[in-house]
Amino acid sequence: MTDLTDLGIAGIRDGVRDGSFSARDVADAFIVKVSQAKALNAFLVETPDHAIAAATAADTARAAGETLKPLAGVPIGMKDLFCTKGVTTTAASHILEGFTPTYESTVSQNLWDAGAGMLGKLNMDQFAMGSSNETSAFGNVISPWKRNDGNGVGGNAALAPGGSSGGSSSAVAARLCPGATGTDTGGSIRQPAAFTGISGIKPTYGRCSRWGTIAFASSLDQAGPMARDVRDCAILLEAMAGFDSKDGTSLQLDVPKWEAGLSASLAGLRVGIPKEYRVDGMPEEIEALWQKGIDWLKDAGATIVEVSLPHTKYALPAYYIIAPAEASSNLARYDGVRYGIRDLPAGSGLQDMYAATRADGFGPEVKRRIMIGTYVLSAGYYDAYYTQAQKIRTLIARDFEKAWETCDVLLTPTAPSAAFALGEKSADPIAMYLNDVFTVPSSLAGLPAMSVPGGLDKQGLPLGLQIIGKPLDEQGVLNAGLAIEQRAGFTARPEAWW
Amino acid sequence: MSVDTATVKRIASLARIAITDEDAARIAPELGNILGWIEMLGEVDTTGVEPMTAVIPNTLRLRDDVVNADPLTGGNIREQVLANAPVAEHGFFAVPKVIE
Repeated sequence: MTDLTDLGIAGIRDGVRDGSFSARDVADAFIVKVSQAKALNAFLVETPDHAIAAATAADTARAAGETLKPLAGVPIGMKDLFCTKGVTTTAASHILEGFTPTYESTVSQNLWDAGAGMLGKLNMDQFAMGSSNETSAFGNVISPWKRNDGNGVGGNAALAPGGSSGGSSSAVAARLCPGATGTDTGGSIRQPAAFTGISGIKPTYGRCSRWGTIAFASSLDQAGPMARDVRDCAILLEAMAGFDSKDGTSLQLDVPKWEAGLSASLAGLRVGIPKEYRVDGMPEEIEALWQKGIDWLKDAGATIVEVSLPHTKYALPAYYIIAPAEASSNLARYDGVRYGIRDLPAGSGLQDMYAATRADGFGPEVKRRIMIGTYVLSAGYYDAYYTQAQKIRTLIARDFEKAWETCDVLLTPTAPSAAFALGEKSADPIAMYLNDVFTVPSSLAGLPAMSVPGGLDKQGLPLGLQIIGKPLDEQGVLNAGLAIEQRAGFTARPEAWW
Repeated sequence: MSVDTATVKRIASLARIAITDEDAARIAPELGNILGWIEMLGEVDTTGVEPMTAVIPNTLRLRDDVVNADPLTGGNIREQVLANAPVAEHGFFAVPKVIE
């Protein structure tokens, strides 16, 4: 019998439907894998009962001859940024330790309504701030991948799974779950997907409700799926997305049938190659993979056009004003009064309690960003920093609008390097921020974008290609991703050492 | 861009984060580096450019003006609201004495 944990979302869904195996068998197989993978530190909380209850519901429905729900029998991992009723939710921060939501986030509720079950809550960078999963208050997530040059420098070093959705990427790549939720503010779905050889899509801003998702930067935060292939991403996104009256920025639109619309025939599609993404110091292998991606899309019938996005180099610094500014405001709520920890030094008053609670509860990167945000929003600096950044955001969005006059999707690398070792970049915040150089511009413009694995580098580590689409054109993004996936033939997987 | 420790302490105070002199001295050059890096935005001519307010055109909706239009965000859930409070007393969030 095949190992059920080798199956993806579609394989599990179809197998449960046609009775090849029971949903309970699937849940049990993944629960065992999760329990044996502590070394990866991908899960903060394991919820086998939740997965088993959903599986039992699927099996009972099938036995009764009922029509099965879209994700019946599919167990998934849930990033710890999504509030889950009755299950501890911390955003990987000490300040929320012990917080047990009394409500369910819209995205997770949508998944449960579709029949999915939860294997557990996934580790992440604290409050989704980070690109390596080293800012979690509950320990680093380790990538299942290893460099193949065991004798070379850092050959056996523990590698970063990317971030902030590093628990999600590590768990999916290690086949601890067939799919997981992620959230993406400046690349937090796409960069970890690229680092671990899986697929992930950030939909158009507003497709997925933010209600019940712990906020980082509200004008940028978007949920999306991470899974092993493009079809699985389409299936999960269909379940996650949808209008929600509880989120003021939710788009009042029907959810397209993305899975049914999948087609790798790209005849007539114009693919833009932004020349500004050829950055100095980009590894040759990434340049070469980009060229391969171009050739694959041509082979699928697309035509290639060079485009210019002249404000690209300003995207990252603008992001590091806007995102921290919003974070400093959003994270003001953690004050030791309503939830999480409270630190009340003896004999002190309310203000001291706030300051002590926040000093103790937030990690160093979170404090750094709150302070940057506070600074750029403070009197005398607001216009020079924040207003200027928002104007540049307008210019970046205009760059994309102009590009859409001559192309339909854009193809770029996902990240400027393969996965790095833990500790390699944590001493230099700006070097860490540069990981998101290719993913931040589309975030600032609210555009759908996905990463698909393209191949391995010389050290045997996955590299990803990014497709960016027009607003609401997730289908175009998924289809171009599918065309690459079919031609890249990426079947590499990390050897289990954990 | 250089940021001095006095500035760091002022920002930390605005952000309600307690900070030691030692940490302020350590963080000052870090913040200076980051702020120096983002200062490149000053070289972009943004004359006549409107600041971004929404990435995807959308309209603000109004909900029906009724109590409990959505039970999840409505009223009468005091116990749920207080369930995660570090200290709750008599149906309220409790904080240290504010008024003498």
